[in-house]
Amino acid sequence: MPDATTLANVEHVPGVAKPDPILVADGVVRRFGGLTAVDVAHFEVQRHTITALIGPNGAGKSTFFNLLTGFDSAQEGAGVFDGRELKGMSASNVARAGMVRTFQLTKALEGMSVLENMRLGAQQQPGENILRAFAAPLWRTREREITEQAMTLLARFKLDAKAHDSAGSLSGGQRKLLEMARALMTKPTMVMLDEPMAGVNPALTESLLEHIVELKDSGMTVLFVEHDMHMVRRISDWVAVMAQGKLIAEGPSHAVMANTAVQDAYLGAHHDTDLSEEN
Amino acid sequence: MNIATDVLLQVFAPATAAFAIAAIGLNFHFGLTGLLNMGQAGFMLLGMYGFAIAAREGLPLWSAVLIAMGAAVVFGLILGWPTLRLRGDYLAIVTIAAAEMIRFLGRSQSLLDLTGASVGIRGKDYKFIFEGLSFFPDERVTILWFTMHGTKSNSWFLVVVAWILVLLLAGGFWRLSKSPWGRVLKGIREDEDAVRSLGKNVYWYKMQALIIGGVIGAFGGIVWALGASVQPDSMGRTTTFWIWTILLLGGAATVFGPVLGSIVFWCSLMLIRAVSREYIPDSIMPTTAVEPFSLVLVGVGLMLLVIYRPQGILGNKKELAFHA
Repeated sequence: MPDATTLANVEHVPGVAKPDPILVADGVVRRFGGLTAVDVAHFEVQRHTITALIGPNGAGKSTFFNLLTGFDSAQEGAGVFDGRELKGMSASNVARAGMVRTFQLTKALEGMSVLENMRLGAQQQPGENILRAFAAPLWRTREREITEQAMTLLARFKLDAKAHDSAGSLSGGQRKLLEMARALMTKPTMVMLDEPMAGVNPALTESLLEHIVELKDSGMTVLFVEHDMHMVRRISDWVAVMAQGKLIAEGPSHAVMANTAVQDAYLGAHHDTDLSEEN
Repeated sequence: MNIATDVLLQVFAPATAAFAIAAIGLNFHFGLTGLLNMGQAGFMLLGMYGFAIAAREGLPLWSAVLIAMGAAVVFGLILGWPTLRLRGDYLAIVTIAAAEMIRFLGRSQSLLDLTGASVGIRGKDYKFIFEGLSFFPDERVTILWFTMHGTKSNSWFLVVVAWILVLLLAGGFWRLSKSPWGRVLKGIREDEDAVRSLGKNVYWYKMQALIIGGVIGAFGGIVWALGASVQPDSMGRTTTFWIWTILLLGGAATVFGPVLGSIVFWCSLMLIRAVSREYIPDSIMPTTAVEPFSLVLVGVGLMLLVIYRPQGILGNKKELAFHA
């Protein structure tokens, strides 16, 4: 549901300032040789909202995602997350700061059980230090807490029956759920979802959407990349559109979809895809 | 009967223990972390040099062992610093080259005073610091059907010490692989970006795995050197491939896989050698061809293993299989 209170007075122009941004990107440029993949002048994500990042294939959404989460580094510009400078921060430090991501190509750790996948997401486990690992009493208590947290989350994502199965035995949709649940084990303040609905069957899409809304309800901020405009319209408070590396539009979903620049960007390159249902 | 005792002796021979130890080290690299270290023989050789040179110069046993470990740590750091950012196959290429560099450096005439160049270091120059501690008699001892020297070289004393070491290291592997630390390494083996996204410093964990596995490899080298001598060419690429065969045969990521793998490997090698020496007439296979022939069979065995049981004898196919 669009959040009327916080974003109601924000103008619908790309790069607009928000009342309480958790994430700010400024002048971020990433070039691959001669190709400028990302060139975002300014972008802010409002705290406690669901923001969708959309755009045609090759718009630079995933690259922008990688830059924000520390998986790639920009040649110019920088981001600030929750008051912390992101420039030069490694991907693991970004995650520890509270911004956790998932991947477009789901990364379930297939050789491990579902529960072990979950436990891996937990922070502050002293047993992850090699010396303390030898002395089980030093980490057993924390391990019990982690397991409890993991089982609660798995129950919420309806994966608790599979806890002891190998993650490799899960279906594609279940892997998406596992990846999201595992990300939540880090107790993030912001969740970055890279195409969470890609390759998921319609029934599971419903439950994924509900889970994303739940994230917001429990106080997190969500930024997600998506192709499917229907999904975007149903759950996002705010939509940002990228095309050819640049941010070309921002606003609530209805305003963005009426925007001619967005229609050009999508229909110009994509007149045979999903957007045809809008006609 | 002779063949039977020869083969059975390999179940507990010091060489079997030495390779089991080196394979436990490789298990930290490959089994837990997925690092394709193709230079385990280099770690072993460094351990041998560190130990033997320190002993020859009159240092006590504990400091000789520490120097061997230190050499492996330094090698691991130098090797890991640039290469752990590389993926899979690239790491394999760099490690195989680095191990060869250690071997050629050891063989180099300019280091004759230190390493003994291609001749190496004779056993009597360094074994005394270990053999002096023996509680076995200083003569040949027969236990059951097996006769070995009590104290010297491939001795009962070395058998006891080496297998205690094997058990300690296997126990250490068990403890660590079942700890949260081991879980992070297994995660890295499956997908390091996923682990990075969960806030773990992947590079540092890989470095720890490389070093700990390398130090264990150095222990394997010491045990080998105490049974044989320090000879750079005995720790070439072939040795690394044998260790890989042992690990994959027994089952990577398992606690006793490296131990069982080493036992099966050395017993089969001995069986093939003994049988072909005994029963195949010289006109068909001269004695000089026995050794290459047994290695050919080892190669065939490894191929069959990868095709029909890619997870090894003890391995879990769901967790880790050698899929080519």
